[in-house]
Amino acid sequence: MKTRVLIIEPSEVIVEGLSSLLGAQTRFKVLPPLYSLEGLTERLVTGKPDVIVLNPTLSSQPAQLLGDRPTPVVALVYQYVEPLVLKRYDSVIDIRDARGTIADTLVKAAQSTEHETSVSSGNYELSKRETDVLVQVARGMTNKEIADALNVSIHTVISHRKNIMHKTGIKSVAGLTVYAILHNLIDEV
Amino acid sequence: MKDTTIKMSELITAHVELVMMLQRMGIALGFGDRSVNDVCRRHGVAPDFFLLISNVYSNAQYEPSTEEILSTDMLGLVPYLRNSHDYYVHKRLPHIEQHLGHIVEQLPERVATVLTRFFEIYKTEVLDHFGHEEGTVFRHIEALQAGQQDSSYQMRDFVENHGNLEEKLNDLVQIIFKYLPESVTSDDTVDVVYDILQLSLDLNRHSLVEEKVMVPYVMHLERSVR
Repeated sequence: MKTRVLIIEPSEVIVEGLSSLLGAQTRFKVLPPLYSLEGLTERLVTGKPDVIVLNPTLSSQPAQLLGDRPTPVVALVYQYVEPLVLKRYDSVIDIRDARGTIADTLVKAAQSTEHETSVSSGNYELSKRETDVLVQVARGMTNKEIADALNVSIHTVISHRKNIMHKTGIKSVAGLTVYAILHNLIDEV
Repeated sequence: MKDTTIKMSELITAHVELVMMLQRMGIALGFGDRSVNDVCRRHGVAPDFFLLISNVYSNAQYEPSTEEILSTDMLGLVPYLRNSHDYYVHKRLPHIEQHLGHIVEQLPERVATVLTRFFEIYKTEVLDHFGHEEGTVFRHIEALQAGQQDSSYQMRDFVENHGNLEEKLNDLVQIIFKYLPESVTSDDTVDVVYDILQLSLDLNRHSLVEEKVMVPYVMHLERSVR
C-alpha cells in the first residue's frame, strides 16, 4: 500500500523538489500540497494522509492542528528550529538528507501506529491504570504477568508502558522503580 | 576537518569538547603555536587518527568513509579506547558518586537507599560493559592487528549486543529534575546534573567512535587477515 504524504511548506521550490523526489518512488502517493495551514482540516478529511510533512516554523504545536485525526507529523528542517519544538514532532527530516533517508524516515513515521498526541498537553500525571501498570513494572513483573494480573491484553500493557515512559521521561525499569518509590507507590523492592 | 597543518590551539578553541579527548590521546596542553601534525608527532599520536577521532567526537553526524578509515593509522585505537574507559571509571563515576552522596544525605532513608542502589547497579553495568570490551573485543583487535587470525570473537556480535550506557544516566537526570523533594539544596543537585549530562554526552560520543570507527575497521581486518 502506498504511503500518502501531505506536504505543508511555504516554499514552492522545496515543495516541487520534495514532491518530485517522493513521486519518483512507487511507495509514495504525494497529495496536492498546502503552502500554509489554511485548508488543513478539510485536506485531512479529503486526502486522508498517512503522514504529514510540515515546516516547523508554521506550527510549534503540531499535535493541536490535527484535532481528532491523529496523523504522524514530520518536521522538514532547513533553518534553525528550536529543539524544544522539534521534540514535539514525530520525526525530523533535514533538507540535506539523502533521498533514501528522507523516504525511510517518512515510511517509518507513517507506520508508527502508537501515535501519541499528548506531548504538548502539559499533563504529566499518570492515569489510574498507568499507575497500576507502573507499580507492577517496578515490582519486576513481565508484560505477560502484568496483563494477567490486570486482566488486559499484553498490547494494552505495552501501550501503557509507552505512555508512562513518555510522561515521566524515565525509560529503564530501575529508574521507574525509583520513581514509584519517590511517589510512595511501592514500599521497596 | 582534514587539515593537519592548522594550529592545535585553533582546533581546540573551535571545538572545546575536544579538550576532554586530548588527555586520552596522551596529548598534554601547552602546545604553543604548533600545528596539529607537530603536536601529534611529539606525543607519538598518528595525526590522521587524531583527526578522525576528533571529527567523530565533535560532530555526532559525522560519517567517516570506508577509505578514510582504511587509510588511517589505527594502532592508537585500542589504547585510546582503554584510556577513555579508565577516565570514566576512575574519574567521572567516582565524582558523580560523591555528589550524589551529598544529595542522598538530605533525603529520607528509604529514598536514599533506592537512589544509591540505582547508581550502584548502574556502575556495575558500566564496569561489566567495559570489562567485556577490554577482555574480549580489544584483545580480538590486538590479535588481528598483529596479523593473527582470531576466531574467538566476531565484530558482528558487537553490533548486535552493544548496549546503551546513557539511558540510565538520563533517567537519573529526569528523577533529579522532576522528582526530588524541594528541600534538597540546589548546589549539589545542579552539580550532579551537570556532571551526569556531561558524562552522558561523553559516553554517547565514545559509543559513536566504537560504532563508526572501530566496527568498520575491525570488520575489514577480519576479512583481510585470513
